[in-house]
Amino acid sequence: MSALTGHPPRRAPRSILPWLATPALVVFVGFAVIPLVGVLALSFTTWDGIGTIRPSGLTSWRAVLTDPGLPHALWVTFAVMALSWAVQTPLSILLGVFLAGRQRYRAVLGVVYFVPLMLSSAAIAIAYKALLDPNFGLGAGLGIPLLSQDWLGRPGLALGVVVFVVSWQFIPFHTLIYQGGVQQIPKSLYEAAQLDGAGRIRQFFGITLPQLKYTIITSSTLMVVGSLTFFDLIFVLTAGGPGDATRVLALDMYKRGFQASLMGPASAIAVILVLVGLALALLLRRLGGRDAGASQLEGA
Amino acid sequence: MTTMLTKPRRPQKAAHRERQHRSPQPARRRNWAGGLAGWLWLAVVAVPLYWTLITSLKAQSNYYASNPLVPTGSPTLDNYRLVIESDFLRYFVNSVVVTAGAVVPAVAFSFMAAYAIVRGWRMRFLRAMNGLFLMGLAIPLQATVIPVYLIIIRLNLYDSLPALILPSIAFAIPLSVLVLANFIRDVPKELFDSMRVDGATEWATLWRLAAPLTRPAILTVTIFNGLTIWNGFLLPLVLTQSPDLRTLPLALWTFQGQYGVNVPAVLAAVVLTTLPVLVLYAFGRRQLLSGLTAGFSR
Repeated sequence: MSALTGHPPRRAPRSILPWLATPALVVFVGFAVIPLVGVLALSFTTWDGIGTIRPSGLTSWRAVLTDPGLPHALWVTFAVMALSWAVQTPLSILLGVFLAGRQRYRAVLGVVYFVPLMLSSAAIAIAYKALLDPNFGLGAGLGIPLLSQDWLGRPGLALGVVVFVVSWQFIPFHTLIYQGGVQQIPKSLYEAAQLDGAGRIRQFFGITLPQLKYTIITSSTLMVVGSLTFFDLIFVLTAGGPGDATRVLALDMYKRGFQASLMGPASAIAVILVLVGLALALLLRRLGGRDAGASQLEGA
Repeated sequence: MTTMLTKPRRPQKAAHRERQHRSPQPARRRNWAGGLAGWLWLAVVAVPLYWTLITSLKAQSNYYASNPLVPTGSPTLDNYRLVIESDFLRYFVNSVVVTAGAVVPAVAFSFMAAYAIVRGWRMRFLRAMNGLFLMGLAIPLQATVIPVYLIIIRLNLYDSLPALILPSIAFAIPLSVLVLANFIRDVPKELFDSMRVDGATEWATLWRLAAPLTRPAILTVTIFNGLTIWNGFLLPLVLTQSPDLRTLPLALWTFQGQYGVNVPAVLAAVVLTTLPVLVLYAFGRRQLLSGLTAGFSR
């Protein structure tokens, strides 16, 4: 951050612009940057969340890295991330294309499609918990054995349910992104393709998908980094259970820190979470092949 | 991370214009497969919502006995009365205070910062700051909740509404600055120049030129942050403990813990907590959706 002391080159020396940016910078540094440094510092301490904080070297890290729970939590985190991406992306693209279509009824369906966007994770998780209850839920009430399983009581099923509910909640948001992307594809491309006799499917794979490349990267980045923060939904729906079947990293951090009063190890988990997020974001940017934010600003 | 949220178009305001722009394809024969899939997805979305609503109107006694997809012949509002008597009005007020208290400064600060970044791109300080905010996009900020908790305790704010407002503002800044900067960059340079010729200060230019011209973006960012903060769960869970200070999602969770066996009452609480947002959605759907689309698609 040596740049903080940099002098503005070639410009009115007393511009107020830096002052305009100061309020955002102060709040962001105070409640995001300092905590980010703080979480690294806390991972080398022992703290129960109430008493004094004592430096303890690598104790927390040793505890976390030798815990067989860590590879499992990492595995669950990536499983939820990959599966929910694989479910959400194709469906969101198809729904986005569908809603960008012209008929009136599509717009009407869209009104309902976007309702889950408005609901809190807590509300969605609680409704699904009741709906999936093996004795009193929807399946049991309809008397369909296939639907009245112990959805949240069996490890494999519970993970599937988490992926389903996550997708149900977030597909609307990504549909919206793709709908906007589809609407910006030049019409002339489709007209040309039709003259060449390309059918609907060829047009989708030949024009729509390639044109949506950057939209897909945008949406996927939000999905992947967002999936690291699926805390509330899983916390309310399964609390990480049954056993540890749905214990993702964010939940692991909360449980160690705020339930077991082990803030040191919980901070170490948080550091791992940050590193995973950064690595994934950088990887996706590589795939994107360009740095739109910076290059656009350069060209301003 | 930064290949996002770029070069948005203005959201179409008028309905008829939107319909003209809606279709990327010329009209042609009906797409039966697409239509069928569309109705199928409607069922996936609507059935849980419908079930939640009709169950919340059933008495607990006939909930177990009745067909889950058939509305009861004698709907009752008793469940709703129970929820409201459980202090939900207070939680609603808490949610409003936290959301408004965080969104207004978050959007104002982000707008000022975005303006500075676009207009002062030559200054190394502002470029570095932009990089810092972009980094915030790549990091799951929830991971900082433990030090945030520590800072809030040290500031003597633990178990208060400001404790929720401050970190909420910080977490909202990266995405807001990015979206707003993308829109401010689209304002023609000549307009800024003519303002300067007229002797307007940066402060006046910011509020009188940039803000009106980027209203759709401001709306987008306000809606998005409003929804995120309104529905937030982790910060209230970690930073407050008094029952009086619960926000709606947290109140919903504790209500479920208390009345777990009374499913219709729990679902009534679900409906009630989402009602305010759904009312807004019913009235401002077009602005809301076009606003979100404008900010996030390229």
